[in-house]
Amino acid sequence: MKEGLRQSMAWLHTWLGLLFGWLLLAVFVTGTTAYFQDEITRWMQPEITGERHLDASAEGALAYMKAHAQGAESWTIQLPGQRSVAAMGYWKEKGETFRQWRDHAFMVDGQGRKVDARDTTGGWLLYRLHFDLHYVPVLWGRWAVGLAAMFMLVAIVSGVITHKKIFADFFTMRPGKGQRSWLDAHNLTAVLALPFHFMITYTGLVTLMSQYMPWGIPAAYERPADYYRDHLGTDAPPKRSGEAAPMASLTDMIRQAREHWHGAEPGFIAIALPGDANSVVKITQETGAAMGTRGETLAFDAATGVMRRPPPVKGHASQTESVMVGLHAGRFAPLALRWLYFFSGIVGSAMVATGLVLWTAKRRQQLPDPSRPYIGFRLVEKLNIATISGLPFGIAVYFIANRLLPTGMAARVAWEANWLFIGWGALMLYVFLRPPRRAWIESLAVAGAAFLAVPLVDAATTDRGLLRSLAAGDLVFVSFDLCMLATAGLFAYAAWKIHRRPVAPVRVARRTKEAVA
Amino acid sequence: MRQSVTSARPSRFAQGLQVASRALVALIGGYLAAALYTAAMARWLPIARVEAVMTGMLSSFAIYACVAIMAFAVATATRAWVWLAIVCVPPAIALYVSMHGAGA
Repeated sequence: MKEGLRQSMAWLHTWLGLLFGWLLLAVFVTGTTAYFQDEITRWMQPEITGERHLDASAEGALAYMKAHAQGAESWTIQLPGQRSVAAMGYWKEKGETFRQWRDHAFMVDGQGRKVDARDTTGGWLLYRLHFDLHYVPVLWGRWAVGLAAMFMLVAIVSGVITHKKIFADFFTMRPGKGQRSWLDAHNLTAVLALPFHFMITYTGLVTLMSQYMPWGIPAAYERPADYYRDHLGTDAPPKRSGEAAPMASLTDMIRQAREHWHGAEPGFIAIALPGDANSVVKITQETGAAMGTRGETLAFDAATGVMRRPPPVKGHASQTESVMVGLHAGRFAPLALRWLYFFSGIVGSAMVATGLVLWTAKRRQQLPDPSRPYIGFRLVEKLNIATISGLPFGIAVYFIANRLLPTGMAARVAWEANWLFIGWGALMLYVFLRPPRRAWIESLAVAGAAFLAVPLVDAATTDRGLLRSLAAGDLVFVSFDLCMLATAGLFAYAAWKIHRRPVAPVRVARRTKEAVA
Repeated sequence: MRQSVTSARPSRFAQGLQVASRALVALIGGYLAAALYTAAMARWLPIARVEAVMTGMLSSFAIYACVAIMAFAVATATRAWVWLAIVCVPPAIALYVSMHGAGA
């Protein structure tokens, strides 16, 4: 029975991995980039320079909306986090839906001046891809990603049960031995970062749990809104009085909030009914200020600047949820820990990728005729190549499009995103037209070339190329360019490795196997 | 499954049905069990309402994963359904009692 359990778990692990592998790889890769989404956004808006200054950018954004958005339903200011420079402001006119916010969005730098930066979604696009996907309704995307995450959790458990010698896997890597090496690589990446994989999968599900598992809410509450009031401390929106009243000093409200939080910074300011006597200012703590990600929100009467009663202290379960989401998003992480998150994400991506390749490596030896595999095998092999080199290629194309698309063009933001998928789709098509070995070499080489092109195009189109950034000591731009070059090197190395390998490794592997037997 | 098909084993079709049946227990049954426990916890845990709801949601994914593993770990697909029923009955009763009252 014991051997039977291990076998059925191995079977479950194999097929779950295949079914969700490609989606999980996309989730892992985009999620990994999201740890540096602020830096990516900064790179994608080279027009924004200078230092971060919270109070000045908040006042600057407020002044701009006072001049341009009198009578709006709400004004919102997204303050720069510790790794950003610019604040973003936007307003909502009466009758507009939340989705139209981008129509009234603008950027303000650390001196409170509005900057005409190119319109881009920056690192945020990759972050949203991570759980919303793209071109599909957000809810569908989240269900698809949630299902994949749920069965990733099952795959982790079944993968652990499958292993007899989990500790030995830490130290086992036999390179250059075909299927055996892929298995070792899969085990190594999986076991080495097992706590991370488990944590990131479970907390990922927790981030969207009120969508995935809402059934406790209707069981305990007659109206779901009451649950969200208890959970997030949101009260009913204010009603318009029709009486005008000037707003008290925003800087002073920020000061009160800082004092209340023992020095923690605000991250988000929402002003309901600006200019009205009933206007309310809400200031939310910056998400990077603590490990728990649900920053507390303080409300002020806008006309007087007096703080309302602060929300009650969170209970244990709510704090657990807040910390789990915080652990997942890593917004609290200082630089060194952030890089550790980033590399753990890369190890996770490698785990999924090696698992996918292992599926074909294992079956290739059992093919009746290795030169003519059955259709399912060919499909898996091609989809592996198309995802492993295609998605990174698409991301490189997205960065290049950011530099090459004209700044004034209509729907620029949508086109940047479209180019990611045009790049990915084109490489996918190419992969399906080529024999597998050539497809691996060529697609990896093309992806490598695209990453190499990113800093080159940047240097040619902006005044913030690698050499200048080095001279200016601009660590964000230097690190971004170096990451592009390192990724290019990695893909080039992989292409070269496969190119150097003997043409028919299948036969070789078989013969040695027979010799051993 | 390809390599495990031998003459002594049931047909591939029967095997496929078994797998589909287990997958149903894992996918739908796992969700059902998790939802039942979440709802039951939201009503029964002796803590603040919002905390009880939250605790149920937080633990639901562990319950789902356990049921999914169980569906493929037990010897036959029929047993997977039996175990699913055993797992689901307590929260279902708890939920019924708390909604309609024990005396009703």
